Amino acid sequence: MTALPDIWSYLSEEPLLWLTATLVAYLIGDAAFRASRGNPLVNPVLVAMILLGGVLWVTQTPYQTYFEGAQFVHFMLGPATVALAGPLYSNLHHVRRTLLPMLGALVVGSVVAVASALWIAQALGVEGAQLASVAPKSTTAPVAIGISEKLGGLPTLTAALVILTGIIGAVIVTPLMNALRIRDWRARGFAVGVTAHGIGTARAFQVNETAGAFAGIGMGLNALLTALIAPYVLSLFN
Amino acid sequence: MILNLALILGFQLTGEVLGRALALPVPGPVIGMGLLLAAFLLVPGLAARMLVTTQGLLAHLSLLFVPAGVGVISHAEALGQTGPALLTALVLSTALALVAGALTFVGLARLTGSKGTEA
Repeated sequence: MTALPDIWSYLSEEPLLWLTATLVAYLIGDAAFRASRGNPLVNPVLVAMILLGGVLWVTQTPYQTYFEGAQFVHFMLGPATVALAGPLYSNLHHVRRTLLPMLGALVVGSVVAVASALWIAQALGVEGAQLASVAPKSTTAPVAIGISEKLGGLPTLTAALVILTGIIGAVIVTPLMNALRIRDWRARGFAVGVTAHGIGTARAFQVNETAGAFAGIGMGLNALLTALIAPYVLSLFN
Repeated sequence: MILNLALILGFQLTGEVLGRALALPVPGPVIGMGLLLAAFLLVPGLAARMLVTTQGLLAHLSLLFVPAGVGVISHAEALGQTGPALLTALVLSTALALVAGALTFVGLARLTGSKGTEA
């Protein structure tokens, strides 16, 4: 029989353990989300991040070792980004009918999301790579991580900021829209998709089918637009 | 299924190559997404054919950013200082962008006489 420390030293160096841990942590997060009946604060990714972060800390495992296993999941971000063309295409009939309101809301929402975040963060003393990591926070994670790499940001920090932005958007959108008496489901959905990407879109689908469809389009279009504008907006702050 | 996956990876690869060759500021996969959307518009039936694969990839999209998200622990020290500033920026900017986007949509919809269902 092999001693436990020896088994651990084998496992901790192989991709298998951390790949499995990533999937299990996500499943636990997903179960917690369902148990909370879709409460946006109990986000599956956030739960998984906290669980895995705790395990890495307790076992003194460096992030690089973890990532060697988790990279197989991470790799799928690229193909998933390409696949976003699917929902974008199936919702295109909405785009044709409301082209002008959509384009206007897309440009305004996207520019405000990038510029206001950079402006507030810089005013509060954030600079350099951390500031660059803030720029793409309203875009869906796979795209935001790519943009952050291009801008000289910290992709791992961006991933966390993107998730937090999604949670914030999903939590505040309904009370905020009610307070401002914005009742058009298309406007509510589209704005949350542009601002809070997939997490906001999932929230919109919970509330209203139309809002969900428009959120999905907003998320897809903003992935394209943020990639184009983020470098220019960021250059204004450096 | 395999053909669809090969197509998706092919679009991503084309996007990466184009992006690098032309020094575009846009990440390769985003260019790939744009190209795939163009292909869907040009080739009728392609989107329906690939639906299983695109839906499959996107069904658990959020799982895919767990590995990068965990990496935030490697910034724990720096975040001790800027964490509150970053969080404030996120909350305010998200609220501002939501309001700006929704108001623009409502204003332009009224202007163009486009009507939707209301809450």
